Amino acid sequence: MELTDLPAHTIAYLVRRREISAMNVLEAALNRISKVDGRPGSLDSNGRLPEDEQKVHAFITLTEEKARSQAEEVDRKIAQGEDPGPLAGVPFTVKDIFCVQDTPSTAGSRILGNFIAPYTATPVSRMEAAGGLMLGKVNLDEFTFGSSNESSAFQPTPRNPWNLKRAPGGSSGGSAAAVAAGEGVLSLGTDTSGSIRQPAACCGVVGMKPTYGRVSRYGLIAFGSSLDCPGPFAANVTDAALMLNSIAGPDVHDGTAANLAVPDYTQDLKKDIRGMRIGLSPDYFHITYIDPETGEMDQQPVPSEIEAAVLSTAGYLAQMGADIVEDIAMPHTRYGVPVYFVISRVEAASNLHRYDGVKYGHRTADNVADLRELYRKSRAEGFGTQPKLRILMGMYVSAAQYSEQYYNRALSVRTLIRKDFDQVFDPKGSHRLDALLTPTTPTTAFPLGDVYGDSVLMQYADQLTVTANHAGIPGISLPAGFAEDGLPIGVQLLGPDFSEARLLQIGRAFEMASEGEEWRKKRPAILSGA
Amino acid sequence: MSTYEAIIGLETHIQINTRTKIFCTCKADSWDDPPNSNICPVCTGLPGVLPVLNERVVEKAALLAAAMQAEIQPVSYFDRKNYFYPDLPKGYQISQYDQPLAQGGFLDVPMPDGNSRRVTIHKLHIEEDAGKTINENGQRLIDFNRCGVPLIEMVTGPDLRTAEEAAQYLMRLRQLLRWLGVSEADMEKGHLRADANVSIRPEGADYFNPKTEIKNVNSVVSLRDAINAEIDRQVNQVDAGGVVEAWTLDWDDNAGVLRKMRSKETEADYRYFREPDLLPVIINQGFREEILASLPELPLARRVRFSEQYELPEYDADILTGERSLSDYFEQAVEAYGADPKRVSNWVMNDVLRMINEHDLKPENLQLTPRHLADIIKLVDGGTVNTSTGKSLIEKVEDTGQSPSKIVESEGLAKVSDEDAIREIIAGVIENNPDQVSTYKSGKTTIIGWFVGQVMKQSRGKADPQLTRSMLEELLAE
Repeated sequence: MELTDLPAHTIAYLVRRREISAMNVLEAALNRISKVDGRPGSLDSNGRLPEDEQKVHAFITLTEEKARSQAEEVDRKIAQGEDPGPLAGVPFTVKDIFCVQDTPSTAGSRILGNFIAPYTATPVSRMEAAGGLMLGKVNLDEFTFGSSNESSAFQPTPRNPWNLKRAPGGSSGGSAAAVAAGEGVLSLGTDTSGSIRQPAACCGVVGMKPTYGRVSRYGLIAFGSSLDCPGPFAANVTDAALMLNSIAGPDVHDGTAANLAVPDYTQDLKKDIRGMRIGLSPDYFHITYIDPETGEMDQQPVPSEIEAAVLSTAGYLAQMGADIVEDIAMPHTRYGVPVYFVISRVEAASNLHRYDGVKYGHRTADNVADLRELYRKSRAEGFGTQPKLRILMGMYVSAAQYSEQYYNRALSVRTLIRKDFDQVFDPKGSHRLDALLTPTTPTTAFPLGDVYGDSVLMQYADQLTVTANHAGIPGISLPAGFAEDGLPIGVQLLGPDFSEARLLQIGRAFEMASEGEEWRKKRPAILSGA
Repeated sequence: MSTYEAIIGLETHIQINTRTKIFCTCKADSWDDPPNSNICPVCTGLPGVLPVLNERVVEKAALLAAAMQAEIQPVSYFDRKNYFYPDLPKGYQISQYDQPLAQGGFLDVPMPDGNSRRVTIHKLHIEEDAGKTINENGQRLIDFNRCGVPLIEMVTGPDLRTAEEAAQYLMRLRQLLRWLGVSEADMEKGHLRADANVSIRPEGADYFNPKTEIKNVNSVVSLRDAINAEIDRQVNQVDAGGVVEAWTLDWDDNAGVLRKMRSKETEADYRYFREPDLLPVIINQGFREEILASLPELPLARRVRFSEQYELPEYDADILTGERSLSDYFEQAVEAYGADPKRVSNWVMNDVLRMINEHDLKPENLQLTPRHLADIIKLVDGGTVNTSTGKSLIEKVEDTGQSPSKIVESEGLAKVSDEDAIREIIAGVIENNPDQVSTYKSGKTTIIGWFVGQVMKQSRGKADPQLTRSMLEELLAE
């Protein structure tokens, strides 16, 4: 056990009590990174090297100097009796979809490969102001478009610390892998359809997508602007609450950030959950997909070990006094992915318009005849397959002659998905749920290379998470044991708008109830070897 | 050869005179500033930035909507208008599309022939401006200063029939914008821009022919000239057996000619969709009532009231209501004066306005308050000073800020009606100018005016001219 394996709240506590220095913690983190991370993702990786297969590759950019000066500042404040902030000395990583001043901010894409941001994203500057140490920018699917992290233009891409032949999930794969491998104690990710919760489940860590608007999006390079949510990755629920404390809140730079006071999310963690109503819905125990051969809607149950993990979690919560309510109907869950296919791509295509190779980012080195050709060549070279697919589809479904049957229809279905949640969470309704408990993912972590390339199939991996993005509600993925193959299983709690405190409270209750379990003591393969 | 009538509509873009831009805190007006000096990550659309709405923009646009009798919508939305252009840094313009801030509306525009033409607008919406592209020596130079400058767009119905009517509408709109304080409406600085849609049809027809769009008209005179040139071109085209095609035309102000920019065969697909980065614009009852309550009497209504209430000629009413502060000034002066408004109008239009124009002053900033003006007129009426002294008092009060009566007293400007004093001056003038006296006596009595002038000069304008004249007649006859 090293300093970097301690929970964030313990590190901050010890640093404030001067039992350890921020610099001690930073050294431990840098040491861990140098042991397990291997070479960072880059645009010219010269293919895969054999040693790459033994490393995590969470990082794109390590900002060691920045972290050192932040650690010095924390230690100086403590020496002078100033308040260093609630994240004092806690090393964290940032998904490379956030702008950080004077730091490459690449979105995992060649088109932003040389972009150095001139300003810092609000949630990042808040973590820095709270005394956190920014270690660097971690890898992700290109522009967050994916669920395995393999679509990044920066290779090699992250590997799952529990099994290096597996993907860490995505799109916040670097964030999840870094926390699981103890490289950074916390990580800031984003979730547009499950991109925090799914990799958290795959890597056995806690990941939370807050309510839309709870955390400012200022500085988040946009994918689906009506769906994108920044949120925390942590090794445990308490740390996630601590991190949410610092990143949540109104922001003058984001008009869609909620003007609501931020409660202390750590306040209720020890309160018991007696009498809370937690629902189970059969609609979250299978996935529905379109058979590519027949075009028919087909269904497949989630693997029995994942179902068992959810039921076991429900059992622990019942032990702690919660009422488990079964057979909750969530009939529009099955439309989440198709609706997402349309809405997110319309927004993505528009959000990607600005990358033209003129003002910043990749510009073709070829001679060009005119401006049009400059645009075309720069974008053709700069964007990978995923952005191109999304631009094509987004442009198609928003075209004047199709937008009624695709885009506007998708918006209508989105409101139906929201209605499902409104009904079950309605305090005067027939279910009056405090939360819904579901599997986070329909599978454990994909083998590397297995699903990538078939982006439609990979999208169904989001089916159980994307509904929260459509509805704008918060969700959290919690580690809940392991499958036969040794890979982590995650369970998800979904709650009504701004119920983060309650979800964290339930999550903490589950942690306490299952504290003695053998599986809680397991460590990732990369660390048991290291 | 048949006779045609022209069908004209105007698309206007109005730069709102807020201090900062619509979605960031950069300075909005960049006139005289070097290129790319008022820009930030937000208005240049860097990755990750978000727009935050400037509420003053909504207030000002709602005020104009109320003045245009438009229906202010309780909920309206921003939309993205997607297209590629080098001076559009996000690749989309944030605008309003199907649910704009206000719907409907009109302006009744008085025409020079005394009639009035109702010009309708379909909707009023707010949006951000794009940057400016300058082509120079084979290079494209981009200035992003204008990106994010707040604009109101209003498009009229096909309600105008002549270039003169279009010019009148634009002038009345400019007057209204300044009146409301919504825009500086300086066309040369691009605060008010107009594109004209022009088509022709045989007189009396009830269908529309394909129209052309004239861009780049940046003054009322250019608008009039460009539309007239386009009507002529279309008439010639049709008379020669041709057809008018839906072109976009560029008005070259220097050469005074229209040039074809492009054909408009297909409408561009802007793939409008709701801007997810901005919340809906909610105008609740309270806000709406505040706007309506802050709506001043409008220029055309005030113009009518001035002619009725003060019995002013149309001409006077029009001049006095040209600017809101001038009309306020006039009304305050009438009130302070308490008598014949036409007399006040004459003083304002002749003397006060001349001073304002000569020294580029603003009525609301004058040291010569409406009360001072009323006092001056009263001094003249009461015979304390003569008219020319009264007129000179206008500038003296403005220069010193002292009250007229104080200046009259300190400078000894009161009219001299003392016969002895005048008699003494006259005696001197007669004695010193024997030649002129002989001329008078020889029968050329019109020279009396010259003698009056001499006396006035020596009395420094204070002598009562009527009295001087009659005394001169008497003394010269001796």
